This record gives sequence, structure tokens and C-alpha cells, in this order.
Amino acid sequence: MWKWLHPYAKPERAYQLCNTLLPWFALPAVVCLVVGTIWGLAYAPQDYQQGDSFRIIYIHVPSAMLSMSTYVAMAIAALVGMVWQWRTAYMAMIAMAPVGAVMTFIALLTGAAWGKPMWGAWWVWDARLTSELILLFLYFGVIALYTAFEDKQQAGKAAGVMALVGVVNIPIIHYSVEWWNTLHQGSTITKFDKPSIATEMLWPLLLNIFGFALFIALVTTMRLKNEIIRREMHRPWVQMLVKQKETNDAV
Amino acid sequence: MGGVFKRDLALAFRQKAELVQPLMFLLMVVTLFPLGVGPGPDTLQLIGPGVIWIAAILSSLMGMERLFRDDFADGSLEQLQLSGLPLYAVATMKVLCHWLVTFIPLLILSPLLAMFLNLTVDMYIALVITLLLGTPLLSLVGAIAVGLTVGLQRGGVLLALLLIPVFIPLLIFATSAVDAAALQLPYRAQIAIIGAMLLIAMALAPAAIAYSLKVSQN
Amino acid sequence: MSGLVASELSCIKRDRVLFDRLSFSLQSGQLVYLRGPNGAGKTSLLRILCGLSQPESGTITWQSQPLGEHWFKDLIYVGHKPGVNGALTAIENLAFWCRQHSVSASLDHLYHVLAELGLVGMEDVPCRTLSAGQQRRVALSRLWLKSAKVWILDEPFTALDVKGVAQLEDKMKAHVDAGGAVLTTSHQALSERAGTVRFFDLEYRF
Repeated sequence: MWKWLHPYAKPERAYQLCNTLLPWFALPAVVCLVVGTIWGLAYAPQDYQQGDSFRIIYIHVPSAMLSMSTYVAMAIAALVGMVWQWRTAYMAMIAMAPVGAVMTFIALLTGAAWGKPMWGAWWVWDARLTSELILLFLYFGVIALYTAFEDKQQAGKAAGVMALVGVVNIPIIHYSVEWWNTLHQGSTITKFDKPSIATEMLWPLLLNIFGFALFIALVTTMRLKNEIIRREMHRPWVQMLVKQKETNDAV
Repeated sequence: MGGVFKRDLALAFRQKAELVQPLMFLLMVVTLFPLGVGPGPDTLQLIGPGVIWIAAILSSLMGMERLFRDDFADGSLEQLQLSGLPLYAVATMKVLCHWLVTFIPLLILSPLLAMFLNLTVDMYIALVITLLLGTPLLSLVGAIAVGLTVGLQRGGVLLALLLIPVFIPLLIFATSAVDAAALQLPYRAQIAIIGAMLLIAMALAPAAIAYSLKVSQN
Repeated sequence: MSGLVASELSCIKRDRVLFDRLSFSLQSGQLVYLRGPNGAGKTSLLRILCGLSQPESGTITWQSQPLGEHWFKDLIYVGHKPGVNGALTAIENLAFWCRQHSVSASLDHLYHVLAELGLVGMEDVPCRTLSAGQQRRVALSRLWLKSAKVWILDEPFTALDVKGVAQLEDKMKAHVDAGGAVLTTSHQALSERAGTVRFFDLEYRF
């Protein structure tokens, strides 16, 4: 059933696929992000409780949501690499890792910034923020493990195992932190008491979530292209590519 | 299989220093807290469970490396892999042996730690139960990361980076069980969750350890 | 084909292709000597053939079956690393190895083999106090203990003295004459004592 995918396991084909996909990610990503952000920040109605400060959700929510899903995507890539022995799957996994880490960092930063007007402190040990912080640590672990190995193929496999260990842990971490939070702080007001969000506010948010997702896909594809080229530097097909580029530039 | 176990035990007792050092580290870390935050009995009782568990995790991270390090460096692991014995079973034996020689002494030391931090008898009982269920989890999950980093020259800090986030849920549930015991509340839920995590680790970790050792061998 | 047959093996290390579509076979009664410059992938090839590491692509079969338990039963591998634990004595190391590889050898037999290899009096001291050559002898004593059809030896002569080299060469010849197979690498050439040698060359690729 997945047979049609197998040719893309070859780095050369994967590279071509990246090239075809790039414009399809780039254009919609820019459109969604520009429209969503301007709409959200300038035109969406104010929140009746939080005033204008709520507008940070247009950055915070997409980055927080996608930081988790990027990690899951990494684990899926690692699993694919393990089951079918695809080199490119590990490359894709490691292409995602820093992007996901940056998303997590953005979520933490915007969450902290939001905390100031909400709770009067830059950092509060809120359950969601704490989970995000631990997620950032998990990303660090995968990236650190990958960089520690000289042989990048071995590095990919090792980092893949760690990504899978992390993904088994994410739900456990999530619930444990939530539980810990209710134990120690009583029931504070969580930021998202059930999204009873108005539709005028929802649309730009959805656009931005979509835009962030496409943006992550775009950066990942670009990084994957680099990774493939870097790893396959000595292969004939890469050298052909370089020659072609040189002749094109000469003309 | 029993041979692996016997050999590892024999090795452990010949390198006693390596077993004792993490324990002494644990004892010293625990001693630092009354000195750092003040010796008020109530304060100590409040932070006690957390301190003991954090110290236990840190000291286990220090001793964890020796699980596969020597066997990898001198080539014994290669010979084990070529012996036809299933690698996951061999790895499980090694983890079991490691648990016995590192955490049983910790359990023996635990009454002293409990006295240092002014824990009540109820709290101590809860602490021992969480240690009994939680430390095998540390060994099992830790062994995966040890298997991955065993071929690296400087794996020590990296090992901690990889494992600390993974151990957070265990820390939360274990300390909250002891806290609950302090308030005379039931803590069966926390124990059950730790037990469930241990069962999951027992099911999945052996295969993961075997796989990570193979990756390191490549 | 009955022996060890590898076809279309490729190996990539540190993003460098060590070998690509390499085919190789080892039959009983053969002594194959793997030659190649440093970094050509000799050790990588040996480890792949043993089943220790996986090739990028290609298949290996032993007696027409993919490598598995039946292969490990017929194999002795002595690698760069001796596989001898420094804190245990030579006897303990060997006894453990025998047990682990399901070889039944009495304690007397172990002492006998160690004596044959010139390690009298060294049986009961921790191996870390032995010299490199003596440790190598302990590692090589496996060839005397387990009756396996195939020996894969990576630089077996390292640190051995003249007498040790001659003894190992005689042992290799006896093994090959008895229908066994040996695959080895070495930086020094084998002498005639080792019998007829087939060469297999591995080139350094860029």
C-alpha cells in the first residue's frame, strides 16, 4: 500500500521531491501568515477581559500547538527510518528538530510575555508553560545526541531512538505536569478555559495555525535539501547538479 | 543468561569504588540542603521527598555509565552479540544486575536520609515504596540512553541531558505520593501510576536497549 | 552455495562510500587474506560479514540462509578489541565466554589451552596486568576452545611475538586443512607456514 513512497527513500529522488514541493509551501505560507497576522493584530475585535494583550494568541497558540506536533512528526520520521531503513527519513527527522525547538522557544517566549499582564510575573509555573519547557529539553536532547556523533547516519539512528522515547513520554509528562500543577497551586485560571472564542477571532487564528504549519514544512524542506546535499556531497548526482548550476550561471 | 548475571555481579564487587562513589555523592547532596535552606524541621520535611528523589536521580545518572561502558570498550559486547544469545535478554540481565548493586544500597541508606530530612514514618514508608517501584524504571529507561551514548568519548553530561526530562514524571508522582503520606492522604493512585510506567518500561525498554546497542556497534 | 556468501554489499561510513556492490564468498578449506590500505574499510567489511553491523544494502548468507543463530554457532570472531575484561582473570574470562557461546570446556581444559599458548602462571591474575601480547593470546585462545567452521580474524598478529605468530599460523593451516575457513587481515604478510592463501583486495575509494 505504501509501495509508491519507496522511490523517495533514495536521496536523489527525495531532493527532487523537495524541489517540487518548495513553491507549494512557500507561497501559501506567506499568504496565510501575512493575512492572518494583520487580521489578528489589527482588525480582530478586542477581548472583553484582556483587552489587546490577548492578541498574542495569534503567535502563541500556533507555535505551541505546532511545537508538539513537530515532535510527533519527528518521531514518525524516526519510526519510518527504523522500519524501512530509509536514510532520508532520518535526515527529515533531524531537519525538523531545530525548527521544532525554535517553535517551542517562541511559545515559551510569548507565553512568558503574556504572563506579565495576566499574572503580573514574567514566569509562572503554569502547567502548559512547564510542559513546553520540558518539551524544549527533549528537543535539546535529540539535537545534542545528533551532534555528538561523527558518523551522521549513526547519529540519525541514535537521535531517532531518543525521539521515540520522548514521544512515548510526552503524554505522560503532559498529564503529570498538569496534575502537579493542580496539586501545588489549587485551581488557577488557565489561559484557555474552553475556547469560547468568537468567530471573528477564530478565523485569523486558524489562518495563522495553517500558516505556521506551512512555514515549518517550508523550512524543514529547505533544511532537508541542505542535509541531503551535504551528506551526498561525493556522489555523482550531486556533482552533476553542481556542474549544471555552473553552466547555467556562466550563461 | 545466568552467566551474564553472575559475571556482572562478580565484576561489580571487584570494582566496589564505582558502586560506593555515587552513594557517597547522594549522601553529600542530601547534606547540602539543610545547610543551604536552613535546618528548620518543617522546611526539611516539606522539601525532603523532593530532595531525596532528585539526589537519587542525579546519583543514578553518575553511576549509569558503567552499565555498558567497559563491555563496549574492551569488546566483550561484540562477543556477546555474536554468541547467539538474544541481545534484549542479555541487556535485561545486565540492567537487573545494575539495579541490584546500585539501588539496593540506596534503599539501605534511605532510613538515614529520612532522618536527616525529618521525614515521618508514614512518609518513609511511602518513600520506600516509590523507590522500590521507581528505581527499576530509572535503570530500564536509563539503559536505553546509555546504550546510545556508550560509543561516544564524552557521554557523561549528554546522558544527563537526555535522561533528566524523561525522568520528570517519575519525580512528580513519587514526591507527590510521599507528600500525600505526610498529610495522611491515600497515595495509591500515584503508586499505581508509577507501577504502570514501570510495566510499560519493562515491555518496551529491553528491545530499545538492544536496538541502541546495535546502533552503537555500527 | 554453501559457504559464506555476500552479494552487492555497500557500506557508507561518515558519508564516505567505503565499498559499493561488493561481492564476496568464503568456502570451506579456504584461507582468505583481505588486503587494503588504511581506511579502505577492511574492519567494516569484517564486522558486516560477522553480523555485528549492518550494510547499507546487500545480503549475506551462510549455508544459503540469512545470518542468524546457526551462523553464530559456526563463527569465531576475534576483533581489534580483545573482548577480555581487565578485572577478571584469564580463566574467568574464558569460562564466561565458553558458557556464553555454549561451549562445554572443563576447567582443566582451559588451563591446558592457556598453557599451550604460553600463559602458565598467568591464569589467575586480573587480565589488566597482562601485557598486550598476553591479552591477545587470551583472546586467541578461543580458537582452541570452540570448534567453529569459520574464523574471522581482524589483525590477529598485532602485539604477538615471533613464536606466537608461528603458532597462530600453524593453527590456521590446521584449521583450513581440516575443512575450516579463515578470513583475516593483517599488515604483515603471512609466511608459508599458513598454507595456500587467497587474496582479496579492497581499494581505497574517494
